[in-house]
Amino acid sequence: MDSQQAIEVKDLHKYFGDLEVLKGIDFQVGHGEVVCVIGPSGSGKSTLLRCINRLEESTSGTILIEGEDITDPDADVDLLRTRIGMVFQQFNLFPHLTVLRNLTVGQTKVLKRSKAEAAEIADEMLARVGLSEKREEYPIRLSGGQQQRVAIARSLCMKPDMMLFDEPTSALDPELVGEVLEVMRSLADEGMTMMVVTHEMGFASEVADRVVFMDEGVVVEEGPPAEVLKDPQTERAQQFLKMIDHA
Amino acid sequence: MTTAERAGADDSASAGAESEAKARSAASDLASGSQRPQRKKRLTPTQRERAFQAAMYVLAALAVLAVALAADWPTIQRNFFQVDVIRDMFPELVIIAAKNTAIYTTLSFVLGFVLALGLALMRMSTVAPFRAFAMIYIELFRGLPALVTLILIGFGLPIAFDGFRLGSTLVRGSVGLAIVAGAYMAETIRAGVEAVPRGQTEAARSLGMSRNRTMFTIVLPQAFRIIIPPLTNELVLLIKDTSLFFVLGTTPESKELTKFARDFMVSSRNATPLTVVAIAYLVITLPLTYVVRRMERNAGKSR
Ligand SMILES: Nc1ncnc2c1ncn2[C@@H]1O[C@H](COP(=O)(O)OP(=O)(O)OP(=O)(O)O)[C@@H](O)[C@H]1O
Ligand SMILES: [Mg+2]
Repeated sequence: MDSQQAIEVKDLHKYFGDLEVLKGIDFQVGHGEVVCVIGPSGSGKSTLLRCINRLEESTSGTILIEGEDITDPDADVDLLRTRIGMVFQQFNLFPHLTVLRNLTVGQTKVLKRSKAEAAEIADEMLARVGLSEKREEYPIRLSGGQQQRVAIARSLCMKPDMMLFDEPTSALDPELVGEVLEVMRSLADEGMTMMVVTHEMGFASEVADRVVFMDEGVVVEEGPPAEVLKDPQTERAQQFLKMIDHA
Repeated sequence: MTTAERAGADDSASAGAESEAKARSAASDLASGSQRPQRKKRLTPTQRERAFQAAMYVLAALAVLAVALAADWPTIQRNFFQVDVIRDMFPELVIIAAKNTAIYTTLSFVLGFVLALGLALMRMSTVAPFRAFAMIYIELFRGLPALVTLILIGFGLPIAFDGFRLGSTLVRGSVGLAIVAGAYMAETIRAGVEAVPRGQTEAARSLGMSRNRTMFTIVLPQAFRIIIPPLTNELVLLIKDTSLFFVLGTTPESKELTKFARDFMVSSRNATPLTVVAIAYLVITLPLTYVVRRMERNAGKSR
């Protein structure tokens, strides 16, 4: 099974009521690959990402994670989700728990790790995102950038096979974007499989192995960043990139 | 009575709207006043307002004076503040009546809360019959007077079913009140749960937590913070509702404050016990309502 991909999406359709948001998506993410998904607002990027860990139920099509069909109604969704880290635009840290507890709660309650082991892993991941000194703080006392780094650490504590990021820097003040991208870049360097919805073209062109351009529920164009970002073939991609450039 | 009070509890918003309307009409007065500067003899709006206010103060003072003069103070004192009677009420007032009120309240609250939690979870369940049951239950017991429910539990069921003779006053009354309070608190809990942002659930689920695990570890703890003030209000209402226990009949040892006062009024042929008990209730409820108001103010600030 050498050809097996980390994520493989085949002919994925998703309706919200009568609205078809994903209109037959096909694409793969290989092991250790970093794929950035770009595209205009409302094109279905978030929906695609959320279908992959089944925060949304797809209407038809298949999604294979490590070759396993997760759209199967009998699939163990909870187990699946422990293998897929998810980072949200709004961080979504648990405000009633300290940073440390944010990092251990999934480990102890879901993975049944001991408290000591969970804390050890949490400390390791906190150090990795450079926030060891915030261990005992509550999330509300952290800046947006720090909160997002904690959120990344929280996902990493589950030792996932891959990470999904949904516009992880879009809710941040511009000066805080860099620290989060830095953490993501180091993750990519360490070989994490990543799928990143982003408007950060600099990050996409430097870090991504592949860029996927989506519009109106379909993958319009994909390829290495140098091609898709610098020399887009479709008119829609050209327009979108021009618009982003001027923003 | 109780229902009206409960409705009143969530009504503070309308008071705000009212004062806003007043402010708006005052502003339009000001505007129309400034449009006609030539009519010098008329008072300015500010002066008019002051004059009106002064008149109201005079009126209030006159009313107080009238009551003070007209009232038969010695009679009032003899009937409502008689020291002998007050003295006779101790220590039973504290060691029986107030204690029982506290016990009944606590028991009803705890039972009601457990019930409410179950109902709220059913109300939000994915299982339709659970939702239907919870909804019917909640509408039923919020719609009925608490007294009717108490009578139902205290007499109706025992008459109908022999096996339904729920032990003491304490148990019957508390179960009855808990059934009512459970309906109200269930809605409070549900509102709290719905106030927790969706992203919290999504983050928890994406860590692999099950629905139930997410509810108990992530959502409910945050919901409870939100609903502590309304739950405390519910507690205050319960304290007062324990006065309904009298319908169940009581032994000397099981009297709560109101029943105690009533019986003492009869034996002492005097209304003083009522005053004493009123004060006893206020001693318990005022600090609680004060705490709630502070919590609500602080919650408003932190937003
Ligand atoms: N829960 C929902 N119910 C109904 N429609 C939805 C829902 N979620 C998303 N949509 C619709 O699906 C479409 C795609 O939404 P999606 O959030 O996937 O877009 P996006 O590419 O992530 O956009 P953005 O860049 O603004 O985040 C939009 O038209 C949106 O209004
Ligand atoms: Mg989105």
